[in-house]
Amino acid sequence: MSMQTVGRPTRPETTSQTAPEDRAVGLLQYEPLIFELGGWSKTGVDLPDAAPGAADDLGDLVRTTPIGLPGLSEPETLRHYVRLSQKNHAIDLALYPLGSCTMKHNPRLNEKLARLPGFGDIHPLQPQSSVQGAIALMDRLAHWLKTLTGMPAVALPPKAGAHGELCGLLAIRAAHEARGDARKRVLVPTSAHGTNPATAAFAGYVVEEIAQTTDGRVDLADLESKLGPDVAAIMVTNPNTCGLFERDVIEIARLTHAAGAYFYCDGANFNAIVGKVRPGDLGVDAMHINLHKTFSTPHGGGGPGAGPVVLSAALAPFAPQPWIVSEGGDYRLIEAREGPAAQAFGRLSAFHGQMGMFVRAYAYMLSHGSDGLRQVAEDAVLNANYVKARLQDLMSPAFPDGPCMHEALFDDAWLEGTGVTTLDFAKAMIDEGFHPMTMYFPLVVHGAMLIEPTETESKAELDRFCAALRRLATDALSAKDDTEALERFKAAPVSAPLRRLDETLAARKPRLKWTPPAAPLPLAAE
Amino acid sequence: MRYLPLTADDRAEMLGVIGAADIDALFSDTPASARLKGPVELPRHQGELEVERELAGLAARNRTAGSGPFFCGAGAYRHHVPASVDHIIQRSEFLTSYTPYQPEIAQGTLQVLFEFQTQVAALTGMDVANASMYDGSTGCAEAVMMASRVTRRTRAVLSGGLHPHYAETTRTLAQVAGIQIERLTATVDAEAAVIAAIDADTACVVVQTPNVFGQVTDVSAIAEAAHAAGALLIVVTTEAVSYGLLKSPGEMGADIAVAEGQSIGNGLNFGGPYVGLFAVREKLVRQMPGRLCGETVDAEGRRGFVLTLSTREQHIRRDKATSNICTNSGLCALAFTVHMSLLGEEGLRRLALINHLKARRLKTALQGVPGVQVLTSRFFNELAVRLPMNADDAVEALAASGILSGVPYSRIDPQAGMDDVLLLAVTETTPDGDIDRLCAALTGTLSPETGAVS
Repeated sequence: MSMQTVGRPTRPETTSQTAPEDRAVGLLQYEPLIFELGGWSKTGVDLPDAAPGAADDLGDLVRTTPIGLPGLSEPETLRHYVRLSQKNHAIDLALYPLGSCTMKHNPRLNEKLARLPGFGDIHPLQPQSSVQGAIALMDRLAHWLKTLTGMPAVALPPKAGAHGELCGLLAIRAAHEARGDARKRVLVPTSAHGTNPATAAFAGYVVEEIAQTTDGRVDLADLESKLGPDVAAIMVTNPNTCGLFERDVIEIARLTHAAGAYFYCDGANFNAIVGKVRPGDLGVDAMHINLHKTFSTPHGGGGPGAGPVVLSAALAPFAPQPWIVSEGGDYRLIEAREGPAAQAFGRLSAFHGQMGMFVRAYAYMLSHGSDGLRQVAEDAVLNANYVKARLQDLMSPAFPDGPCMHEALFDDAWLEGTGVTTLDFAKAMIDEGFHPMTMYFPLVVHGAMLIEPTETESKAELDRFCAALRRLATDALSAKDDTEALERFKAAPVSAPLRRLDETLAARKPRLKWTPPAAPLPLAAE
Repeated sequence: MRYLPLTADDRAEMLGVIGAADIDALFSDTPASARLKGPVELPRHQGELEVERELAGLAARNRTAGSGPFFCGAGAYRHHVPASVDHIIQRSEFLTSYTPYQPEIAQGTLQVLFEFQTQVAALTGMDVANASMYDGSTGCAEAVMMASRVTRRTRAVLSGGLHPHYAETTRTLAQVAGIQIERLTATVDAEAAVIAAIDADTACVVVQTPNVFGQVTDVSAIAEAAHAAGALLIVVTTEAVSYGLLKSPGEMGADIAVAEGQSIGNGLNFGGPYVGLFAVREKLVRQMPGRLCGETVDAEGRRGFVLTLSTREQHIRRDKATSNICTNSGLCALAFTVHMSLLGEEGLRRLALINHLKARRLKTALQGVPGVQVLTSRFFNELAVRLPMNADDAVEALAASGILSGVPYSRIDPQAGMDDVLLLAVTETTPDGDIDRLCAALTGTLSPETGAVS
């Protein structure tokens, strides 16, 4: 074992960089890229020396050119990534009101349990007799998901919400095909999340939009006129992306079924109704559940997620492998199309799904219990309505009549004549210490501002948030005849690690990796 | 309930501000007939202690890889992950942040993604890498669909050396897009048969190296044949540590390189979450699936990073998007990048060599077990062997004596008629003594006269 072996530099002198000026702002350090820290011959992992000729059996299969990877000692590496971490906003720092994303508290117990060697250090293909506890956990998670949704079956494999949508649509396609009934179209409301039409197209369907009523819901007349013998499914989010419950959901299901189509429900907003209403009682045939939303597995800066799909009895036979079966207390994974899984539509990925997320979600469910989960939905809805009530005299709610569910949606009508846009307003929130709300989504509402506080915010934090937004809103309204006030919004944010970034430049001259300064730099050359 | 901050007084006061009589008034849009009157039939809430007790009980019913001799691979590998990697990914600012759509307050995540993309491009020898896929298998399926879009052709040839789960995932997703999948016969030297299967309708050829049997192949000739026919070459790797020793996909002419990145920074986790690596030639960038992070400047001219080229993606292009992927594997990509930054080129090369040496030792030892035939001739850290008995039975018998001896090939490809083939992988975590224990036990299992398992 040798400590910090210094080998031959794998790259010529590349330590001098065109990196930006090294300038700290208070305690917030400037931090270069890992490639600019000079670590071309260092390593932070001590490994034994390999004997000479260790790979002489591989002949010309062996790499002869440098890879181009820097390495650093452990203290340097830690400092680099901790410094970077400090340039991020996070739920643990403040309210993170991204509508449709459900940024709620991530319990650390769940992190601890997912790291138990009995879950973290087991291989997906070791003998099933040696992983009975893991399969049992998957089975118990499945039981909770089925009970909470009132659905008879669940497919655990999908790795994220969009993957779950695909799972649902492929089950629907298989069910139609099993009857020799090839159908071509999928109906999706204009307010849907982009993954819905993208998934329908991915699954080989033609996408057609369903209109929305002025009160933010599916237009039943339009739906009825577009349903027909070639419609395979409708994809409706409920509660929908406007934060409203589809009041006519039972009728939507009836019309859909009458046309021989299936009802796919996007369950991204299940957090609003968990424990209060079961989708199975509404006529839903398939619905994905984002474990990283409703059941609080961490978003991790963009994943990993998990998107199990609950299925009706009509679709259950087509669920993808693997299936879980239990026989006399023994659990078994059916990994091929055989036995009860003979009609499975196929495989969505290698192995069995996002086990690490299953452990966290199951721990979350056990912690809350049936009573706590019902309270989750009630508090999430209460918090959103409270924010709406506190802001609606200054800002314009997109759908002022009646309660919202777990998110409050405002449009930009109230900003008319101020020169301040939704983007400006959202960026100004950063200077007030909050992450912006979801902007310009759903597309059906002009200048949309979608606020989802979630149930894990205290009243004190909501009051702080509402007070900040009220100050900002008052300032925005004053921008009508105060150019200085307007300038402040246009310049925001000024107190973040960086000011607004030039996204047009990034797209026009894509620079997608670091290149050594010896090579021509596209940006510098301009 | 420890995760819910509102008190009963808060709730009453807030309902007052809203002007609602009670909480049910806020649920008035839900159909009365479907409104549950009380909690569903599941246990009530529990404290940390009780929850931990139940889950620890389940965990205890699993035999961990670290508890004894362990030789499972076949697409998931047990490597040592430095303690600091797990510390970094549990930082609140990384763990509890969202997709970096607000770049001013997400430069931490964005710079990590930029570093990740640079590292993946370097490892694969490709021009551009994306910010991750769910895993290697879904990346493989996406690569085939991408190749079909690029070439406007609808036939994909999959090598018989491609991991059967990858082949099945690809078939499941690609067939609804009208792509005809031709999977060649599974065999150790499967890549040799690929060139003959390329024709004028072929959109892409998918090869894996090291392949599912552990066999390493220089696919340069396949690249030439594919390109001559106007097809793309997709090179799949399930063991990312092998990049430290072997020629990269880019060096061998790949158009798309796909890999499972779990080996670097991520534990076994019973199969997920993992992290898919996806890299392409520069000219294919605009047909790529998934998120891309790019460099730009802020209003004061300072360097910064943003998600870019999003007109490929579902939130802009909807049904015309290159993929439906949204959430990817951000935190697993962070783990990959931190581990990679600790290793550096020096460490990765050394790690790869150690893995290979272990496999050479394993091969020699297995050749000494009567009745065992080593099938893989050019390998990195994984071998396929033929046993004189059903591999599943051998694995179960050895598991009963505390040895997780590998993956029976029939487990992942039951139709192939290779019930006697066992896949075994070793890494830097495999003590030499465990190789000896495995071979002694295997000798006992295979020889009817002793019958006993050591």
